[in-house]
Amino acid sequence: MSWHNVGVVYRKELTDSLRDRRTVISMVLVPILLMPILTIGAGVITALLFGRAMQEIPSVMVLGGEDSPKLLAELHAQKDISIVAAQPDYAQAISNKLVRAAVAIPPGFDAAVERGDIPTVRIYMYQGELRSSFGADRLQRFFRDLRDRIVTERLAARQLPADTIEPFRIEQQNVASPEEVSGTIIGGLVPYFIIVLCLSGAMYPAMDLTAGEKERGTIETILSSPVSRVHLVLGKFFMVLTAALFTAVLALISMGMTFAAGKKMLASVPQSRDFDFAASVSFRALAAVFVMVIPLAVLFSAALLAIALFAKSYREAQSYLSPLTIVVMLPAIVSVLPGVELNTGLSLIPVLNTSLISKEIVSGTYHWGYMALIFGSSCVYAAIALWVAIMLFQKESVLFRS
Amino acid sequence: MIEADRLSKEFHDSKRGLVRAVNDVSFICQPGRVYGLLGANGAGKTTTLRTLATILKPSSGTARVAGYDIRRDPEKVRANIGFLSTATALYGRLTAWEVVEYFGRLNGLNGEALRRRIQNLFLRLEVDFPDRRCDALSTGMKQKVSIARTLVHDPPVMIFDEPTSGLDVMSARAIIGFIRECREQGKTVLFSTHVMSEAEKLCDTIGIIHDGCLKTEGTLAELRAQSGQQTLEEIFVRTVES
Repeated sequence: MSWHNVGVVYRKELTDSLRDRRTVISMVLVPILLMPILTIGAGVITALLFGRAMQEIPSVMVLGGEDSPKLLAELHAQKDISIVAAQPDYAQAISNKLVRAAVAIPPGFDAAVERGDIPTVRIYMYQGELRSSFGADRLQRFFRDLRDRIVTERLAARQLPADTIEPFRIEQQNVASPEEVSGTIIGGLVPYFIIVLCLSGAMYPAMDLTAGEKERGTIETILSSPVSRVHLVLGKFFMVLTAALFTAVLALISMGMTFAAGKKMLASVPQSRDFDFAASVSFRALAAVFVMVIPLAVLFSAALLAIALFAKSYREAQSYLSPLTIVVMLPAIVSVLPGVELNTGLSLIPVLNTSLISKEIVSGTYHWGYMALIFGSSCVYAAIALWVAIMLFQKESVLFRS
Repeated sequence: MIEADRLSKEFHDSKRGLVRAVNDVSFICQPGRVYGLLGANGAGKTTTLRTLATILKPSSGTARVAGYDIRRDPEKVRANIGFLSTATALYGRLTAWEVVEYFGRLNGLNGEALRRRIQNLFLRLEVDFPDRRCDALSTGMKQKVSIARTLVHDPPVMIFDEPTSGLDVMSARAIIGFIRECREQGKTVLFSTHVMSEAEKLCDTIGIIHDGCLKTEGTLAELRAQSGQQTLEEIFVRTVES
């Protein structure tokens, strides 16, 4: 084994790839920008949308209630809702977003409450529609306040203390550390992004170094040089691996910085003081995730090289590799789903195993046994993929496919 | 020297089934001489040359190139040949200097020796654009860099596969001149073409290949005597049709 020749091929491929705009975009720009854009950008957009919806005074319909002037007067006095004329097709009006919600007052509401009957007020809304929920919430709050006021008046009339109806209190206490809380909330997100970006970072160089060489006609040039095919594929493989790992490192740094920025932003919001998740994605956790991703990066690099080598052109390689993104994304998505927990069986499934263990690591739990099993099994898969790539580079039917 | 000994190459084609692209081909190319492999498109010239350059493995038979067996020592064979064809393109994102330097390093050259070698080659071939990227070069410029690439390790054997195909007259003349230079320097030159005039002008020995088989070989005078025809075109047609 001449590592000199592997090094010569590697250096050339590195220089060549760094001059390829597509590779630089997928290797540098995407991992740096994706996380801040997705988190901060999505956060800003959500805040804007919520803010606008909250500021709106929802228009609501009041159906019936003509015989309950007291209730109607109180409803009309509310400043945070705008009452519009009732129409028989109120449901259609809500669906068409002409009004946000409607409330049906049963006949004789005021009198029924006076008598001590229990009349039912029905609120109509469009479930899942943000502005309709806000309208319904305001109606609900009005009627809850009205009910509480009537209860307090009734207790006072019977000379009973207010706590008669509250014999005990319930309190909920979080025992999970901020790290564990954040692991549950964003733990799945970290490996998902790292794995997908690691793949996308390796994809362009893998295509360029195989199908790209065929398309540009340089494959015959390099095959006529004294470098052996094993050295050639290893030089190319190390370049693709460099791209995969470099992308993963940049993505991790970008994530770390995004979380740090998120922590600062949350700290400036007084209501969020008890929500300390941003402090928890430690450098140690990110470093451990990176170590677990290394064999996966080897697997990706070798598999991408082997598959792209079949293609005669860049475009053909793209059509082979694009479905692979979905194949890789699926287990990464499965790991984010609630209830999917690490066990020995899942530890042997590539991608899913790394994704699940990374989720645990981010939440501060280090299952050393599983980590060893996952690292080991990923190394075995990576070695098989590399062996296949080396074998394919020996096959004339693949190199000179016509 | 190149000694092809009953060289054959078969491959499987999804439409045509088993194809015997080179069939039992034997010939000898001497140092200081140009051997021209003359054949129509699809006759088996490229496959023969690729097999001799160890880009493809022979199905049967063998060859010795610069004293090394193509089956046993393919890397040593490649270290002793310069291979140039229309399919041997350059790396577009590398500069002219970087391309030649890369192939120099793969051939075991390094440091000052490699730098001097490239400087001399560029001076001789009038490559006065060492820092320009290959994708910005004209066809003629690319051809010069390709020649420098094949010569960087000063190989004793040169293999040219239709090197003038698709080139303009000036670039083609430069290549022909370069092949002559190689002969004058005592290198073994194997050259494939389907252009009769090129073969007539350049080759010391001509082999006519058809359907993967070497039909006949000899100097132009010998071929004339054998066939009774005067021009190489007539000799070629007579040989192929017989």
